[in-house]
Amino acid sequence: MAKEKAAKELVMNVKDFSFTYAGAPKPSLKKINLPVEKHKITAMIGPSGCGKSTLLRAMNRIHDLYPGNRYEGEINLYKEDGSIENILHLRKENDFIKLRQEVGMIFQKPTPFPMSIFDNVAYGLRLSGIKNKSELEGRVEKALKGAAIWDETKDRLKESALGMSGGQQQRLCIARAVALKPRVLLFDEPTSALDPISTSAIEELIAELKEEVSVVIVTHNMQQASRLSDYTAFMYLGDLIEYDKTEKIFLNPSNKLTEDYITGRFG
Amino acid sequence: MNRLLLNKVILVLSTLSALIGIGFLFWILATLSYKGVTSIHWSTFTKDLVEGGIRNLLVGQFTMALIATVIAVPLGMMAGIYLREYGHGSKLASIIRNLSDVMMSAPSIVIGVFVFALLVDPVGTYNGWAGAVALAIMMIPIIISTTDNMLALVPQELREAGIALGGSKHKIILQVVIKAAKVGITTGILLSFARIIGETAPLLFTSANNQFFTMDLSGQFPSLTVSIYNLATYPDEASRNLAWAASFILTMIVLLINLFGRFVIRNKK
Repeated sequence: MAKEKAAKELVMNVKDFSFTYAGAPKPSLKKINLPVEKHKITAMIGPSGCGKSTLLRAMNRIHDLYPGNRYEGEINLYKEDGSIENILHLRKENDFIKLRQEVGMIFQKPTPFPMSIFDNVAYGLRLSGIKNKSELEGRVEKALKGAAIWDETKDRLKESALGMSGGQQQRLCIARAVALKPRVLLFDEPTSALDPISTSAIEELIAELKEEVSVVIVTHNMQQASRLSDYTAFMYLGDLIEYDKTEKIFLNPSNKLTEDYITGRFG
Repeated sequence: MNRLLLNKVILVLSTLSALIGIGFLFWILATLSYKGVTSIHWSTFTKDLVEGGIRNLLVGQFTMALIATVIAVPLGMMAGIYLREYGHGSKLASIIRNLSDVMMSAPSIVIGVFVFALLVDPVGTYNGWAGAVALAIMMIPIIISTTDNMLALVPQELREAGIALGGSKHKIILQVVIKAAKVGITTGILLSFARIIGETAPLLFTSANNQFFTMDLSGQFPSLTVSIYNLATYPDEASRNLAWAASFILTMIVLLINLFGRFVIRNKK
């Protein structure tokens, strides 16, 4: 037991984290504790309004696009150099930019930019200051290969990304995020707008990605969580009810609420 | 039974009203075409007003409208970006938005009087710059409103996706959001251009008019619309015919710009 604990390596750690939306009388997240393990997939499940997306969006501070939200507690990011940074202490725009380059995000609906396929993937790279053309080309190709979409796109890199299918667009968005070599990727219901075939392609891709990055995924689809994830957190009304290995959550949950939810008694 | 009867009465009434409205429109277009086309000669386009043509008037009207566009587009777009992207939800933004909407329906003659007091009276002479500024003032609220509305149609996820890739807010607005709203904003600019190219009241006592060809904006400047107003009130047949010709040409210009604007929407969306 002690040995197994020592082997666990964290990349992020949420500690006693509470979050209140601007103008809301009560916090939407209450004292959440959630470790995120390196090179594992952590799923967050729970009924609508439980706060799983809110938590995910706190992990790269995307909430800060809108003023007035309140954070309490800690969300620690374990840096490559071994230091630990509480990302809730970040204040400067440059620090946010660095954070988001390390902690990328994929959204529910595919969000291709109105530009060519190449420029979409190169966009984040250019933002990060890479101007050298051959370096850009190399990293775009690598990212598209990493997102399993190179074969479909290599002959049409100059075409608009808006002409792709929904599933392709979502893989393009993953390529765009992967291009920045993030250490964590946050997925906010990445397949809920897609058909079953595109969904399984994205799931396969996420499973492969964990070789390179640590993944946190919010999903409404419990089969998806059980197929894909190593760890699962069940949330309900702003509380984290239970967190454990995925098999444990789905086969033998400790909490009655978790059991009721995964067996479909509510939600 | 009563319900069905009422339905029929209302159907007949609304159809009649529509026909009356469209009827007047076609009457205007038919009269304009008939009188206009018969009055147009090759010399209408090659000679200046002083010789019975409208060459200088077309050039003058377009010059003022283009200068107005150059002034109004950056100002209006920046204001629209402020309203939607930065000030959204703030009190200041809602005050500016309301004022801008009021400006849009301000009588154009009032704008003319304002610019007269600002740019004509102090200088002591009617001038083309004043005309262009008056048209720009008419155009700005339209551009503000178009930019604001078109940016509102850009999905919020697109902004978030840009931020999540490590962009700063202003970069995402300039490089992604504006690009996504480009077609709508371009169309709005075209339609607002079509709106101001046919304005008379803001020009009556700002640019006034000029019979001769000139590109000197510091003096009286040729205007197609003001000329139509003048020519139509002259007693002689030749002047009136020229007014018809000018009216027809102006209508066609406005129509073409409108059609082009709609064409742009349809093909780019």
